[in-house]
Amino acid sequence: MQVTGTVLTTRRVDAYHALTVVAPGIAERYRPGHFVSVAVGGPYSSMVTRRALSIHDVKSDYGGTVELVFTVRGSGTAWLAERRARDTLDLVGPLGRPFPLPRDPVHCVLVGSEYGSAVLFPLADALLARGCRVDFVLGGAGAERVFGAMRARRMAETTTLTTEDGSLGLRGKVTDALPSVIADTRADAVYACAPMETLRAVTAVAMEFDIPVQVAVEEAMACGIGVCMTCVLPVIGDDGATRMVRACAEGPVFRGERVRFEDVGTIPFDALGAPGGGARHVS
Amino acid sequence: MSVDMRTFLAHVELANPITTAAGCASSGRELAQFFDLHRLGALTTRSITMAPRAGRPTPRMAETPSGMLNAVGLQGPGIEAFLERELPWLAQRGIKTIVSIGGGTVAEYSELARRLADAPGVTALEVNLSCPNMEDRGRVFAREGSAAAEVIASVRSIMRYDVPVIAKLAPDVADIVSVARACVDAGADALSMINNPLGMAIDTEALRPSLAAVTGGLSGPAILPLAVRCVWQVHAALPGVPLIGVGGVMTGRDAFQLVLAGACVVAVGTALFHDPYACLRIERELEELLRARGFQRLADAVGLAHRPPGSAPRHLLVDTEESTP
Repeated sequence: MQVTGTVLTTRRVDAYHALTVVAPGIAERYRPGHFVSVAVGGPYSSMVTRRALSIHDVKSDYGGTVELVFTVRGSGTAWLAERRARDTLDLVGPLGRPFPLPRDPVHCVLVGSEYGSAVLFPLADALLARGCRVDFVLGGAGAERVFGAMRARRMAETTTLTTEDGSLGLRGKVTDALPSVIADTRADAVYACAPMETLRAVTAVAMEFDIPVQVAVEEAMACGIGVCMTCVLPVIGDDGATRMVRACAEGPVFRGERVRFEDVGTIPFDALGAPGGGARHVS
Repeated sequence: MSVDMRTFLAHVELANPITTAAGCASSGRELAQFFDLHRLGALTTRSITMAPRAGRPTPRMAETPSGMLNAVGLQGPGIEAFLERELPWLAQRGIKTIVSIGGGTVAEYSELARRLADAPGVTALEVNLSCPNMEDRGRVFAREGSAAAEVIASVRSIMRYDVPVIAKLAPDVADIVSVARACVDAGADALSMINNPLGMAIDTEALRPSLAAVTGGLSGPAILPLAVRCVWQVHAALPGVPLIGVGGVMTGRDAFQLVLAGACVVAVGTALFHDPYACLRIERELEELLRARGFQRLADAVGLAHRPPGSAPRHLLVDTEESTP
């Protein structure tokens, strides 16, 4: 659904921006993993594509608010960063497929890198509500780029932090710390949101331990609702066939082992409908 | 008083002149989550191909000033899946559907037309002529009148006569009127203008083209003047041919420009990416603009900008019988 939201508060969280927006319809339908798309630049803007933003928090205050987290990457996100309280925003959401939750109270490790960590907090709330044990592994390039360390410490059994420059926690990447966290917590499942390269490594670790891994991918999107076909990536289906599927409509959450990370940005030769591929000769 | 928004696409009546642009609404299901598709004049599907197609690699999209580039590469499940799942879904709901088809050879277009000829629920067939012609060194069909005409003639000969065949033309040509005329001579019942012109952007961080496919189709408000020009030129040369105006329509005023230039149907594309409700808003805004200018029927505005300077619009001439009390 599309709503006109009103900005309630703006704040900096570590190196990132967070906007709390009153958006009742979106807040009440939200499930962890959903995202929203936002029109940027105002009504006379030359920017025609929307920006997909992850939801960090949903509260029932003011009829329902969502907190959106992003980093400034270009003119659209720079415009968003300049929004102030009482400004209005055109939001469409909640979009995408949320994280599947375990039926039983199991042990879950939540892995986040940079501002990808933002989506893991409402997930952690939902897991805790089901009696799951939650452990965090959060990382970033430097201390100021690790999102949500304080909040993670408050809600999780353990929180492991990693930075590439060693300014906070362990020196290295989240995937360097992940194997020992999985072993120590006897984790039953892994949830992750991070850049593609990190998700690929997280998936490899989880597969080594032979536990399920759910990843939320980040892909450039023009529409967020499944019509523009620009955010595709190769994913293996239940039938074993690889398809170019939309990160917005079929994702953003996928089972890690189903995503062909090494082929992202290409059309694998064996994908359904690949140029010169087997599927072409079937019909 | 409300404005009569009905329009005719060849002999097919549409309740209003707004349709989706090919490739911008998939096959309707996604938009149906937002609004009732019956409120569209018609839904135009993405271009259907014979075989399933995985499309081009990512990145497929780059935002440009007042527009965007895309290189999706006609990703889709192919005609088989379209006939099995997508078309029946639209047909069962009674949604007016313009099916867009794309192919690499004349035979492929003919086969697509053959498969669609007996399928229920096809309101009109739009022939996407902007595909590379595999028999002619990859030159795009729409670039040459004779190649475009060959496709249209073969599709027209196969398609049922109650289903209009629409030729979708590209603006990247020296003389769009000659291509348009060739298509009409070959049997096109209507023309759709314009497909995306080719563009390119370079990522100044990566120092590489922004799109994996290097070049892509430019869409959005940046191309509206190009669409208005093409519709104008073709309407001036072929005033009796119904035209679908498409390219950069974001507001009712943009749609009104295309109508005044000669379009009787207006397709909305990139605006849908920005706002899923764009079609409804644009239809409302167009009706509002017509009403404010005293039009009783949309049809009275079609091609109106072509009248000689100084002459009053016909719909505003005083009707003596009604004006006497």
